[in-house]
Amino acid sequence: MPIHEEHLIRPENLSTHDDLIIDGIDVSGHWSTFIESRVVTDYNEAIEEEISNLPGGEFIHRCWQCGSCTNSCTVNAVNPEFNPRYWIYLIRMGMESELLRDKDIIWQCVSCNKCTYACPRDVFPEGVMKATAHWLELKGHTPKSPSTIFDEIFTGQVVETGKIEEGRILRSFFKRTGQSLMQDWVITMVQRMIARLPVKMLFALGWGGVFKPRTSQWARARSAINEYIVEKEEDHRQALGLDDLVDLAKQELSPGETRPAD
Amino acid sequence: MPSDKKDFKKVAYYPGCALEGTAHAYDRSTRAVGNALGLELEEVKNWNCCGAMEVKNIDPKIQTYLSSRVMSIAANEMGHDVVMAPCNGCYHNLKKAEFDLQNDAESRSVVERISTKAGHDTYQAGQVETIHALDWIKDEIGEEGLRERTKDALKGLKVANYYGCMYTRPRHIFPEKDQGEGSESSSQPHFMDDLLAAAGAENVDFPLKTACCGGAHTLSDSDTSTLLVTNILKAAEASGAEVIATECPTCHSGLEMHQIRAEKTLGYKSSVKIVYFTQLLGLALGLDEKTVGLHENISDSTGLLREKGIA
Repeated sequence: MPIHEEHLIRPENLSTHDDLIIDGIDVSGHWSTFIESRVVTDYNEAIEEEISNLPGGEFIHRCWQCGSCTNSCTVNAVNPEFNPRYWIYLIRMGMESELLRDKDIIWQCVSCNKCTYACPRDVFPEGVMKATAHWLELKGHTPKSPSTIFDEIFTGQVVETGKIEEGRILRSFFKRTGQSLMQDWVITMVQRMIARLPVKMLFALGWGGVFKPRTSQWARARSAINEYIVEKEEDHRQALGLDDLVDLAKQELSPGETRPAD
Repeated sequence: MPSDKKDFKKVAYYPGCALEGTAHAYDRSTRAVGNALGLELEEVKNWNCCGAMEVKNIDPKIQTYLSSRVMSIAANEMGHDVVMAPCNGCYHNLKKAEFDLQNDAESRSVVERISTKAGHDTYQAGQVETIHALDWIKDEIGEEGLRERTKDALKGLKVANYYGCMYTRPRHIFPEKDQGEGSESSSQPHFMDDLLAAAGAENVDFPLKTACCGGAHTLSDSDTSTLLVTNILKAAEASGAEVIATECPTCHSGLEMHQIRAEKTLGYKSSVKIVYFTQLLGLALGLDEKTVGLHENISDSTGLLREKGIA
């Protein structure tokens, strides 16, 4: 069993006994705080391979845990819980439950690539963070993050028209994430923008939704890209064993049996 | 300088989506500066989005294809061997596509497959050299050339030069950087400092030149972006800067947006102004503030620049 660094001293692993007698000796008192023993049995050794099959995760096996990534990390500087080195360690060890404790912040990588710059082993930690966030979503551990929703809206528009229109992306994003456009700072920003800008220009910026930039004769590129995306999605589902799950669910319904009504 | 150095006097120009939208001021000031310097920009015909960071997150090879199409048009339909992209995101992505196409067989096959189906020539690695607006001016005009043409016009203006992430990282996609004398440094970039100093600006010692503004999550994780931008604004002010010069539309609009957001959510008010380096160079070359699009910035620097006799 490899040496690991699971944080055992956590509030839920501590127990205090006001009245405890062991082998006839009274050990109660405020000093007798016990750390409950724990044996890790839930190793999931498939995680590393699954993540390495997603874009960006290819070189996770090269990591030798020097910590340059976390040391250089932009997000770690504002949130010490954000720890790429530790997550790479957990993935390689297969410590799924420990990794899942941080599932809601992994997507927050800002892709500044300071880690990639610092990494002496070309692990491309930025890619590993993206692959891990993607893995968490595909496996159903987390809902789609705001970042994924933004990526999907953006990519959808590029594939559809060849270009993006910022105003449209902004509106779709706020709508899909249930945010109001009428936030204090958005209003102030728009006010400052229009204070000195001709109205014509605002329309050109796409805020009016009138000017629709697009690449002409894009239809063939669009269908070729879409075809490729469908193939890759299938590859990823297979790599993560998600198709097997679907098959298994189908098999469990014996022939003739129909799915119970929802 | 290598002997195969290409001529940047007339280059293919790839503005990219942001320069048609929120960074329109960067587009017009870049064109205006080129014009004033006698450099010719021929816009890439019927270009498409480079894929930005968002498409890369969905699938990196589609981003490689999108960027390769732009380079293919410049090379095969327009006969150019240099593409100039002022947007850090576009510049980065074209460079990344070039690297992947040179080094990864699978990238080559995906690009070939999609290009063939899309009905255009497949871009072959090495057909074009992608450069940034900084390389373009630094190489073709140089500091001496700028000094003659600007006559210290930016004198007395304290500038923090902000390069952001995508201009230098990851290092491996920029093989021409860190090549000693005359080349750009990936850890301590200085091309923007050099150009603005040549135009008379007083560059301050700014420690966060290549810090991240959180642009990738400017909307999806605004609180983090606001913190990161606040760090940058504070550092610029602490170094005595009056303006932050930018070279990336994502950084520029991120700084402008989160400067306001920091005011509203953190109560941090900063007075430092945010300006594209091409706007400063344009003003230094005698162009008027409308021509360089100063009125299109959210951060209003007109008062400061007029007071200094620059605008």
